[in-house]
Amino acid sequence: MTILKNRIFQVIILLWFSLFSLVIIYPIIWLALSGLKTNSDFFLNTWSLPEEWVWENYKAAWDAGIGKYFFNSVFITVVSVVTVLLFGSMAAYGLSRFRFKGQNILLIIILSGLMLAPQVSLIPLYKLLQGVGLYNTYGALIIPYVAFQLPFAIFLMRSYFLSIPRELEEAAIIDGCNRWKVYWNIVIPMGRPIIASCALLTAMNVWNEFMFALVFIEDSSLRTIPVGLMNLRSQLNTNFGIQLAGLAISALPMIIAYIIFQKQFVRGISAGGVKG
Amino acid sequence: MKETYQNGRTAFLFILPALLLILFIVFLPIVLNLYNSFFRWNSFEAGKTFVGFEYYVRLFKDPVFFTALKNNSLYAIISLICQVGGGMIIAAILEDKLIRRFQPFFRTVFFIPSVISIAVVGLMWQLIYNPEIGLVNGVLNAIGQSEWAHSWLGDSKTAIYAVVAVSQWQYTGYMTMLFLIAMQKIPMEYYEAAMIDGASKINSFFHITLPQIKEMILVGSVITVIGAFKVFDEVYVMTFGGPGRSTEVLGTMLYRSAFRNDEMGYASTIGTIIFIITLILSLIQMKLGKSGQEVE
Repeated sequence: MTILKNRIFQVIILLWFSLFSLVIIYPIIWLALSGLKTNSDFFLNTWSLPEEWVWENYKAAWDAGIGKYFFNSVFITVVSVVTVLLFGSMAAYGLSRFRFKGQNILLIIILSGLMLAPQVSLIPLYKLLQGVGLYNTYGALIIPYVAFQLPFAIFLMRSYFLSIPRELEEAAIIDGCNRWKVYWNIVIPMGRPIIASCALLTAMNVWNEFMFALVFIEDSSLRTIPVGLMNLRSQLNTNFGIQLAGLAISALPMIIAYIIFQKQFVRGISAGGVKG
Repeated sequence: MKETYQNGRTAFLFILPALLLILFIVFLPIVLNLYNSFFRWNSFEAGKTFVGFEYYVRLFKDPVFFTALKNNSLYAIISLICQVGGGMIIAAILEDKLIRRFQPFFRTVFFIPSVISIAVVGLMWQLIYNPEIGLVNGVLNAIGQSEWAHSWLGDSKTAIYAVVAVSQWQYTGYMTMLFLIAMQKIPMEYYEAAMIDGASKINSFFHITLPQIKEMILVGSVITVIGAFKVFDEVYVMTFGGPGRSTEVLGTMLYRSAFRNDEMGYASTIGTIIFIITLILSLIQMKLGKSGQEVE
């Protein structure tokens, strides 16, 4: 009797969750497939597979600007991630391996950065960036991205560093290694798992960021993908195939990265428990 | 502590680059924003005129401000129900031993939308909601409910719900993942003991799971509410506050005042309000979750 009940429970739940999965996955598949349709095919046969597979849409989207936006996004993401990892791990090391006056205040200042809404900083940053001549350059995005991602990175790395045993470092210091050598040759290699998680989460947040990218960049040749897609929408108006192809191109790198590096993603969010 | 651990100057050098960036890029603008909110100014003229609290008074008489507050609150309430409530239930079911075998698949699938850019998701859903070509009306027609078909984003009565729904689609899986992580820390013995005592699954959920994940529920709720007051991308992309001003949220209202109407002072006032709301919520979170303190 219980076996039967369990079976029924299992089947109902599996059906229900499969339906959920469909609701989540189908729009993404629809997006990728519709990107392969001609416009008339798209209007007439929303549901079916493409009549002819128009790979040119992907190429057209790439040429219409996505290629350029893609490059900008990659460049900005790579520079931001490397900087966040470097400055973040240094600060995390400083905050986890030393005892000094004012340490707790520093920690609180840095970690409160986690809570702030970027909207509040939008206008002052816009004026500041204009004032120092960085407005409408790659720097106008990289510097704010680094600053806004640092608190989370420091939070993650610091708690991980605290869990690494210190014997090795103490031995190295007795052997005459200075702090920079200990940081670079011992702490960084030992912290590799959390650094990987940090890299992925930072990359995801930077790659997907929209508001700063919308306001701090004016020149269409410097746009990142999310804002660039808005341009594409107004340029292409009703050519939906190309628009959808553009959307697919920008969503796929993150989906693929997530599926490959799931473990690192999950470690990051489980240590952080914070969105964005 | 050992003498080698007391080298404050070296420590400070390690922290300095991060600290400077955070102070100048994250904190300084908040102070400037507050200062800016007391002046009338725009982006192309140099001068600023002191107006005191004029903009704050105006804000509290502005009906759009209340629409925005209402929409942000609606966002918060629906997200609490779907993401925190729904995510918790889904996680609990995925942890059930009859289902756990399938957990890796479902949890991966449910999480996928949260790695995509909100802007991309917004543009995608705008097409999905499109009355002529979209999937939503397509599904309704297919199941014979074509009288429900509707211009979801074009009707001021449904637009905000349509936008909020997209967030639920995107982030429920994220919360599910957080709850799964919290639930996997609960020792199995608790459940085994309860089973021997003849407790039902529902009973175990209420008496073992819930108390053990209490902190996650609190922290998750606060994160979700803070998130609801930071909303910008999806509204900007899908409706830009329209039709009319029916889907305006604080974020889009700020953007519109600053970069469409060029009323920088008024926009800064809205910034201050967002700051106060998120500050209060963050203080609650720090108190509840200890996430701002020693994590060892």
